[in-house]
Amino acid sequence: MMNKELAMNSIDTVTIDYQTYLSAAEIAAIEHEVSIMETRDAAGIEALKVVQAHRGWISDDSLFAISDLLAMPIAQLEGVATFYNLIYRQPVGQYVIHVCDSIACHLMGYEAVLIAIKQHLAIDYGQTTADGKFTLLSNACLGCCDKAPAMMVGTEHYQNLTPASAVAVLAQLAAKGEADDCS
Amino acid sequence: MTVAKFNTVITPLTQWVNLQQPLDFTAYCQVGGYQAAKIALTEYQAHEVLEIVKNSGLKGRGGAGFPTGMKWSFVPMYAPEDKNAPDNKYLIANADEMEPGTFKDRLLLEGAPHQLVEAMIIAAYTIGANKAYIFLRGEYHLAAKRLQQAIDEAYQHQWLGDNIQGSQFSLNLYLHCSAGRYICGEETALINALEGKRANPRAKPPFPQVSGLFGKPTIVNNVETLCNLPHILKNGIDWFQGLAPNSDAGTKIYGACGRVKKPGLWELPMGVTLREVLYQHAGGMQAGLAFRGLLPGGASTDFLVAEHLDTPMDYDSIAKVGSRLGTGGLIVLDDKNCPVAMVLNLMRFFAQESCGYCTPCRDGTPWAVEVLARIEQGQGRIQDLDTLSKLCDFMWIGKTHCALAPGAVEPLRSALKYFHDDFLQHIEHGCCHYNPSAIAKRRQVAQSSVQAVTTSSNMTGSANE
Repeated sequence: MMNKELAMNSIDTVTIDYQTYLSAAEIAAIEHEVSIMETRDAAGIEALKVVQAHRGWISDDSLFAISDLLAMPIAQLEGVATFYNLIYRQPVGQYVIHVCDSIACHLMGYEAVLIAIKQHLAIDYGQTTADGKFTLLSNACLGCCDKAPAMMVGTEHYQNLTPASAVAVLAQLAAKGEADDCS
Repeated sequence: MTVAKFNTVITPLTQWVNLQQPLDFTAYCQVGGYQAAKIALTEYQAHEVLEIVKNSGLKGRGGAGFPTGMKWSFVPMYAPEDKNAPDNKYLIANADEMEPGTFKDRLLLEGAPHQLVEAMIIAAYTIGANKAYIFLRGEYHLAAKRLQQAIDEAYQHQWLGDNIQGSQFSLNLYLHCSAGRYICGEETALINALEGKRANPRAKPPFPQVSGLFGKPTIVNNVETLCNLPHILKNGIDWFQGLAPNSDAGTKIYGACGRVKKPGLWELPMGVTLREVLYQHAGGMQAGLAFRGLLPGGASTDFLVAEHLDTPMDYDSIAKVGSRLGTGGLIVLDDKNCPVAMVLNLMRFFAQESCGYCTPCRDGTPWAVEVLARIEQGQGRIQDLDTLSKLCDFMWIGKTHCALAPGAVEPLRSALKYFHDDFLQHIEHGCCHYNPSAIAKRRQVAQSSVQAVTTSSNMTGSANE
């Protein structure tokens, strides 16, 4: 009786075998990061970035697989993953737009740029366009303060933005995305 | 060890900066690169380099302004055969530049990556570290690419790795790219981040110099601070001190952003006046705009106003007028931007970037955002000003786990002092006078209520008929 109750109250634990879930390339890249740190869990943030680079975002399953590979508690890894702006715990579009909303961009009028982007894509912060091309997020100071307003799309920084130039950048990327789809 | 021909250099840090195409290993060596590292490794004992850095008067350029030599001197040194010696010590370059309004380290990282690598060899040799990391913010993708190239080249040419240039000294240097969080710039949070932990700052003591990364003695230095080292070693202490007119030594990379004519970065003698940076280098305010005030060293410094413009931009002088030199990046407020909206923007940043560890910061920064937003939107009450003053007190030094919340307080408390009338106007008039649409909306509301009154009096009139 007692045992049955205990069993019913026990928490289901999930484990995902990293060897079946992660690709050989992902495992190799993560093991390289492990090799330059003193402990396996110190490579946690790098591992998240490696898997995100391959899959676009960090799903729960990815999180479990990385914790298995690095032999670190899932809670610690989730604590790291959710701490950072550039680790995505939800699916994102092909291009993630990070609009700088810090003080230099504020003084130079980034709000008009942001409104133009939102209208052009018909999405708000935290949303992805229906075609899966763009996700819109904010970013703290990008360090482009002398060329404000600024935004980052993927790894590219765009500076001295106006509402028109920001929309032009996105239109160009959308066209490029379509060209890539055709090829 | 003073080489005469270098003594004419007045912009040591930026002389080789090239943002289009930074100097590669060969080109860097041709202009005298790695000579200072060679001098350190072949002509000096570690403690002699420490003495030079101590006597040079170099202070940390990351914001706190702590003397670099003194910081290094807290690292325990051991004889080679000492059994108590830790198996490793660490050097970390803090390249997590994320202070709003600050973009100076980016220039050095993207424009002269080998300079930082050479500087780190000298620093690591001095403190006896055999492993070093560059902790780079995740958004600096171009810097990451160029730093990794420089590191790879340095390994190829035996400036990194085992027995550097045939000496007894070995150093492995790695690049770590973060993923976007302001608090990682705080040195103990940075260490937690490097260990793969959630990057909350640690309690001090123990200080990182004694127990830092993986519990081992660790030095964390700002990029600009480190980049001074090759030049000090090559040109000597007298040259370094001669660069600055006042008590502080060396140069400083100053910046300016906001609605000035020529926003940018300039390497100038430490201690030039605010006026010189603002008017001579940044070109003054854009046409049609007047100067209201500025934050002298990034988002977490107190406002200074017109009466302070002749203050020299060194640590002591800026502190004397009630602010901090911080990172030396001016954020300039003009008369068409609302000071309340500016402080609200800053406070939103701090609330978002608070790590949430201690209550004054976790709860105080969003509370301040709420009150400031209310005032900016014209919904403020006069007692809100008392609330803001109290919050400044609750989040001040000694009441929080680290320096983030006190940093957030600095622009707020000084804005309450210098722009008091603006706060009052928002509250008394119920709108922001800098925002044309807010004024228009208010007029509309006022007009429609007049119309409503007129209509209702008409109706009353017609009913009477």
